[in-house]
Amino acid sequence: MLYIVITFLWTSILLYLLLGGADYGAGIIELFTSRKNKAVTRRTLYGAIGPIWEANHMWLIIAIVILFVGFPVIYSTMSVHLHIPLTIMLLGIIARGTAFTFRHYDAVVDDMQYLYNTIFAVSSFITPLFLGIIAGSAVSGHIDPQADTFLSAYIFSWLHWFAVSVGMFTVAICGFLASVYLIGETDNDQDRLRFAHKAQFFNIAAVICGMLVFVAAYIEHIPLIDWVFGNWVGRIAIVSATLSLVWMWSLLYQGRLTLLRPLAGFQVTMILLTTTYKHFPNIVILKGGGYLSLLEHSGQEKTMEALALALLIGSVFILPALFYLIYSFQKKPLEYGAEH
Amino acid sequence: MDDFIAARSQMALSLGFHIIFSCIGMVMPFFMAVAHYYWLRTDNIVYKNVTKAWSKGVAIFFATGAVSGTVLSFELGLLWPEFMKHAGPIFGMPFSLEGTAFFIEAIALGFFLYGWDRFNKWFHWFTGVIVGVSGLASGILVVAANAWMNSPAGFDFVNGQYLNIDPIEAMFNDAWFSQALHMTIAAFVATGFAVAGVHALMILKGENVLFHTKSFKIAAIFGCVAAILQPLSGDISAKDVAIRQPAKLAAMEAHFHTEKSAALIVGGIPDEENKKVDYAIKLPGFLSFLAHGDFESEVTGLDKIPEENQPPVAITHYAFQTMVGMGMAMMLVAVLYFLALWKKKSWLSSPWLLKLFVAATPLGFIAVEAGWTVTEVGRQPWIIHNVMRTADAVTPMPGIAYSFYLFSAVYVSLAFVVIFMLYRQIKMVGTLYDKQN
Repeated sequence: MLYIVITFLWTSILLYLLLGGADYGAGIIELFTSRKNKAVTRRTLYGAIGPIWEANHMWLIIAIVILFVGFPVIYSTMSVHLHIPLTIMLLGIIARGTAFTFRHYDAVVDDMQYLYNTIFAVSSFITPLFLGIIAGSAVSGHIDPQADTFLSAYIFSWLHWFAVSVGMFTVAICGFLASVYLIGETDNDQDRLRFAHKAQFFNIAAVICGMLVFVAAYIEHIPLIDWVFGNWVGRIAIVSATLSLVWMWSLLYQGRLTLLRPLAGFQVTMILLTTTYKHFPNIVILKGGGYLSLLEHSGQEKTMEALALALLIGSVFILPALFYLIYSFQKKPLEYGAEH
Repeated sequence: MDDFIAARSQMALSLGFHIIFSCIGMVMPFFMAVAHYYWLRTDNIVYKNVTKAWSKGVAIFFATGAVSGTVLSFELGLLWPEFMKHAGPIFGMPFSLEGTAFFIEAIALGFFLYGWDRFNKWFHWFTGVIVGVSGLASGILVVAANAWMNSPAGFDFVNGQYLNIDPIEAMFNDAWFSQALHMTIAAFVATGFAVAGVHALMILKGENVLFHTKSFKIAAIFGCVAAILQPLSGDISAKDVAIRQPAKLAAMEAHFHTEKSAALIVGGIPDEENKKVDYAIKLPGFLSFLAHGDFESEVTGLDKIPEENQPPVAITHYAFQTMVGMGMAMMLVAVLYFLALWKKKSWLSSPWLLKLFVAATPLGFIAVEAGWTVTEVGRQPWIIHNVMRTADAVTPMPGIAYSFYLFSAVYVSLAFVVIFMLYRQIKMVGTLYDKQN
């Protein structure tokens, strides 16, 4: 039962990274788009995520509920020591979700749109940045339960180069996922080329940020190299991700688009796999070598049984409905303003 | 501002904000489904326009409710980590089911909002109903979790340890039914009256009268039926609270002294120092009757509760009086409306009835906020009734006051934007929805 719950937790995090990530990325692209192309980007984006964006963000709720029901010590420790980045992330979630809806559903189109757009684009950048910071902090060994000053307990737990570079890496990955996703959503070569350039830009950004993560890990004595390359799973994942990246780009230059999305998704899955595999089951590493483990810090057996059951029942309802939703709107994409 | 007070204020603010959006989000889909049904059955375009106009409102409210709900699932830990460390595994069952319900709601909403002319029309209608049903299920599940805090069950508390956890028993605690029933009906009353009031105002102004008349009628009937049922569920709740949480009932009624055939206190200013209520109307024996169904029975007063376990009396009492007062006022309007529908058709075309509805627009939500205050403040000083004190659950992080100011600013501005957008939606009815194609 415990392993069922852990599988659901990992899968929800992965799906949030892929689907929610592409969703954030769409906003990030908007932020990095020149003024004259913004309207086209916005239209493509709306057609792509309009009907499913709310559902994409549900994965975060599923993950957080699994954490607080099944692993309450992990949830409460992170809540205390990462209070500030969590709060900033929450403000980002509020700003982004409401701005996206408001800009579409405001009955009058006027200068308010500028405000909604700005809030949407900026919060699309900030939210994944802090999600990455939170994830990086969890394994960085900077969380210190014995800390006795405000700075060491609540600021330096997350404000360090490793966490910040993981945050930037996350932003780049979101941008990359969204660009690859949007390539298949446009109907003309010019826009396709534009999104391909964006994908290239975010790919390069991801590589640079990825390197920064390794440099920061080295400076802060975090054994990241060992986590990633010290075992066969990590090595195979990294090699296959790199090969699939090369394959993806060659397909793109040949104009063959069908496999692009699965390949981009595969690469991000491999990245998540390498970074979580080695220190499973420890998802929070504390200062001084202590850790919080999914196996040792789980709830009592009955709780885990009930949770696993709830998740299994839930997925019977959710997954078919979700697939049908995505399928319906892929088959016949939404036209901008169609439901007015 | 004290960190503990700041944490409580932030939680109260977040819940008080979220509750409005979740009520509307779970009730409006039913109004839409009715209008949508009439459109499919009668081909009267006005019903289609009503459905579409309402669905815009639902999209705005759902998005705001979804993000404020996401915030709450984190705030539980950010503000009350000690509570969540122990309570999470016990009362988490309804939350894990709620995750599913909420997810289904988001998926169904995607189908409904974007599915016009795309699916079989009855399938499309059905997805709208699913939005409502799953929204309702979410609401009931979250209230069941809150009920557990009032009526802890499903574990043994031995020497500070939480043993033999049974999440299913915790979910079906003694308070879940009465609280969920009362809250669900409250959501219908509040949303019904708020929506009916807005449309009544537009009818009085003489704008797009046909559109607003149809909308008004659907909302008013839902709201009025619920308003008449609500006192019954309130009675179930009161009797339940009298047994489980005598301190809360005593605070609600500012009932300081334990006595037989206790008087029901209406209004008044509680004087906590001298243990009396000034300027109140007292109905002898009625409190005993309401609490235990017998005019002679004994009702526990605050004197039987140790001082350190007493909730704040004044706030709980005022909030309770406000809730009951609003509820009674709306019930009266509801009775007049049904009288008009069945016997006095002439009232329907006279402006005074519509004016009453306009005046009643905010009453339902005031009652919801007041009722929520009763149940939350009335549970103090406990976060888990008789098990854990709220003060022991709060985060050790200092400076929560700043977080409270920040969230206040965000929620206040959000509220303004939502009201502003709603105003624009209504203003645009003539251009967008009052058309014949």
